[in-house]
Amino acid sequence: MATEATHGAEMAEHGTDAGGLVFHPMDQFIVKPLFGDGAVGMFTITNVTLWMLIAILVITGLMVLGTSRRAVIPSRSQSVAEMAYGFIYKMVEDVTGKDGLVYFPYIMTLFMFIVISNFLGLIPMSFTTTSHFAVTVVLALCVFLTVTIIGFVKNGASFLSLFWVSSAPLALRPVLAIIEIISYFVRPVSHSIRLAGNVMAGHAVIKVFAGFAGLALISPLSIVAITAIYGLEVMVAFVQAYVFTILTCVYLKDALHPHH
Amino acid sequence: MATEPIAEDLAGICVDSHGSAIGMPQLCADWIPNQVFWLVIALVVTFFVLSRIALPRIASVLAERHGTITNDIAAAEELKRQAADAEKAYEKALADARAEAQAISQKTRDEIKAQLDEAVEAADAQIAAKTAESEKAIADIRASALENVELVAKDTAGAIVAALGGSADAATISAAVGNRMKG
Repeated sequence: MATEATHGAEMAEHGTDAGGLVFHPMDQFIVKPLFGDGAVGMFTITNVTLWMLIAILVITGLMVLGTSRRAVIPSRSQSVAEMAYGFIYKMVEDVTGKDGLVYFPYIMTLFMFIVISNFLGLIPMSFTTTSHFAVTVVLALCVFLTVTIIGFVKNGASFLSLFWVSSAPLALRPVLAIIEIISYFVRPVSHSIRLAGNVMAGHAVIKVFAGFAGLALISPLSIVAITAIYGLEVMVAFVQAYVFTILTCVYLKDALHPHH
Repeated sequence: MATEPIAEDLAGICVDSHGSAIGMPQLCADWIPNQVFWLVIALVVTFFVLSRIALPRIASVLAERHGTITNDIAAAEELKRQAADAEKAYEKALADARAEAQAISQKTRDEIKAQLDEAVEAADAQIAAKTAESEKAIADIRASALENVELVAKDTAGAIVAALGGSADAATISAAVGNRMKG
């Protein structure tokens, strides 16, 4: 998009520097307004808006239009929708137990949004919303706050027994409690950085290899490397969505059943 | 594009004058409110689309399919049971028919045997009667033959006596012949 055009211009401008190699691996993550060149305010319609809208449209297309025939013998899109449904439903049921199924729509929302955003980010020239910490931190904080509130609402003060490892020797328990509390509050950090970090790193690496393609000698190797990393990224796109979702389930299980 | 001057407010602290990122765009605080705002909207929309439309629909489709499969299996069990019943009934009918056939053939055989016995008996009786009759006829014939022989003998004896020049009365001759014949 506009960045690419700028790239071209950049290359023309600085083409003679550094043997024609231009690396701007992070430019793909720039947030910019879709209309005009204004500052990015809170309500500005940006490429973030565009790609989140596309994600919503894809999710709607798959989960609503794909299942619109309600066929007993499913079509392809309906099978995919049912598979996604069954996959997350079973995950929630297996990890959190029957009483966690109330939260299934929330977890399904998280999973669908992340997995679709990750895959949309793999389209060349696209913008990857899940590569931004602002996005993943909000997602992780939602999970963290929800889970903490659910924990206290469902269990009251006995939710705190999550931090009191009753199976450990008494002398060790205070130490373990401190560790448990720290690890509890680190959860949203690791939860969000894991997702954004993985997605961002893969995309940046692809861009770096793409930068090497400017040298005719290395370009075949560069293309092979891009292909390989792309394949890896396809896997990462799914695995990271899966990991985010299953960790959400695990945290939810801790909130519903805090006793070790 | 490169000839266009990049607005200073867009460049700001995150983008340099060439439109490239300075450091990690992820850490640019200017863009965070925008992302958070649109993310919240996107999540709310996604949540409502999924929880109001998609998930109940998929759940109902899955339930319907499960019900259909269960019903089909039950129907198949029922049909299988019916087939087994039908087979049993067929076997029973076959066995009954066989037994009946056996009974009928036995009965027929018995009847034929009885008729045969009767006929044989009647034939035996007839044969016995015929035999008795024949024996009687033979005895009559034999008796009449003896009588004739005696008569002939008497006549012959009288004729012989007359031919020899004797004379004898009939009574003497018949006594003499009778004695000889008894001897």
